[in-house]
Amino acid sequence: MTQLLVICFYLLLLLGLGALTQRLFRGTARDYFLASHSIGPVMLLMSVFGTTMTAFALVGSTGESYRAGIGVYGMMASWSGLVHAAVFFLVGIRLWALGKRHGYLTQIQFFRDRFESDAVGLMLFPILVGLVIPYLLTGLLGAAGVVQSLTQGAFPEAFAATQGGVPPWLTGLVICVVVLTYVFFGGMRGAAWANTFQTCVFIFAGLVAFYLISSKLGGAAAATQRVMELHPERLIRGEQITHLQFLSYLFIPLSIGMFPHVFQHWLTARSAATFKLTIVAHPLFIVLVWVPCVLIGVWATSATMPDGSLVVPPGSPPNGELATMVQRLTSPLLGGLLGAGILAAIMSSLDSQFLSIGSMFANDIAAHYLGRDRIDDRRRVLLGRVFVVLVVALTYALSLTEPLAVFTLGVWCFSGFGALFPLVFAAIYWKGATKAGAMASILATAASWLVLFRESGYGADHAYLVLGMLPAATIFACSLVALVAVSLVTEAPAQSKLQRFFPELSGAGGE
Amino acid sequence: MKRTLVYVAAVVLGILHHDFWLWEDATLFFGFLPAGMAYHVVYTVATAGLCYLALLYAWPEHAVRFAEGSDDSGDESE
Repeated sequence: MTQLLVICFYLLLLLGLGALTQRLFRGTARDYFLASHSIGPVMLLMSVFGTTMTAFALVGSTGESYRAGIGVYGMMASWSGLVHAAVFFLVGIRLWALGKRHGYLTQIQFFRDRFESDAVGLMLFPILVGLVIPYLLTGLLGAAGVVQSLTQGAFPEAFAATQGGVPPWLTGLVICVVVLTYVFFGGMRGAAWANTFQTCVFIFAGLVAFYLISSKLGGAAAATQRVMELHPERLIRGEQITHLQFLSYLFIPLSIGMFPHVFQHWLTARSAATFKLTIVAHPLFIVLVWVPCVLIGVWATSATMPDGSLVVPPGSPPNGELATMVQRLTSPLLGGLLGAGILAAIMSSLDSQFLSIGSMFANDIAAHYLGRDRIDDRRRVLLGRVFVVLVVALTYALSLTEPLAVFTLGVWCFSGFGALFPLVFAAIYWKGATKAGAMASILATAASWLVLFRESGYGADHAYLVLGMLPAATIFACSLVALVAVSLVTEAPAQSKLQRFFPELSGAGGE
Repeated sequence: MKRTLVYVAAVVLGILHHDFWLWEDATLFFGFLPAGMAYHVVYTVATAGLCYLALLYAWPEHAVRFAEGSDDSGDESE
């Protein structure tokens, strides 16, 4: 009960922050969607990091380490450190510059302009929204798993079906309403403020959780020693993770280059120099978040209570390993604080995702096709909000069906975004990329993703690999081959048009 | 030259990610961190170091000028 009260207090605090940021809203669509390009280095770092560290990073990483051991850190965290920073540096700054110069509000506006094609925008819109939905789902499932585990036994009569824990339908509903409310209040500026606050909360909570849990287990060395005795295979990669599988995780963090919500955060930067802190500190922040989560997941395989029973018994609900460790090894008050920290990580991603899909609909569909004269700023913001509510309602309904492991769902979602990376990279670095090539790449991504997702039993087969690698590698290859092959046999855009996107290549190189 | 070295270092770092020699190594560092994880923690910190060098020696100055609307011809080379 105490845990729930602390979490409720935290949610109220967020609503207060949303109301506060509403006072700073300047009333324009550019301010609502991009905070008028006013975000400085610290807030950009915190908001981009908070956005990328989701339920996947906290709840998913702990659950996956529980099943597959320490290799999860190398597969996801260290690849992410390198690839994310490289994408910020090579793609983020360049897209920011193009966005600032040409006034883009969304990713689709950029692609439509770069390839001079409405069709490219129309093809991208359903795919990006369709891929954001499973991403939102990971957040809702993660939050539901955490709150249910933390409150287990608190309401034995009201929620008998979930052993007295708050049921997923209620957690999902409350989280959606809270995040929607503060995003509607403050737009992108509200999301950036909330993300900054929530990133501080979840990094701090993660470190405190790590310290408290390791202390309770007799120290970090004793906790690892216990794993060495009972589950030594979790301390190596061995046969749990194959070499090709490990290597193919490279394709997962490439997804950050195509996340619509990250694109939108990039455009909020005040200047190019604003990116510097994010580029250097992002990998270090990854260490701070992933090391505790992976170690807690590994320790959970062997940690026991004083009576000798396992802290996380076999067959525990998916996505609940981290929360169960917190709930059973810390006090109710601290459990509530740490639970709020986990929810902070989840909500700091949901807010940006909500905002980005609303922004895409309002700007790329409504304003673009109905005409900017008929859709003024106020209506654009309103239409964005209506569309977000519809997508969130659909996601919420999906979250009530049979829950998938957050890690598996996240990997499928990132596989789709990662496969679109060649498109964004070619759009800014390859003059020879054509409209037909872009369309072929999008189609190849969608088709190969759907075929492989179906082959995996719609994500049910957690160990599904193609030629020993993650499906992400195959989908990426299909996208890349389609883009290059079709671009090479179709006519490149006029040189005069390309100068808007390749000013530095007016005379040499690049192709 | 320094810009090229930064890009070469990034590729080398990418290759070093695949630490096949630590696959079965259960040695513990500081008594709690298995070798296969300790290596990747150091790897992530090294990534931050490389990023710092990239900012110093490979900063895309032309993109900054372009954004401000003052770069018509541009030149990314040093």
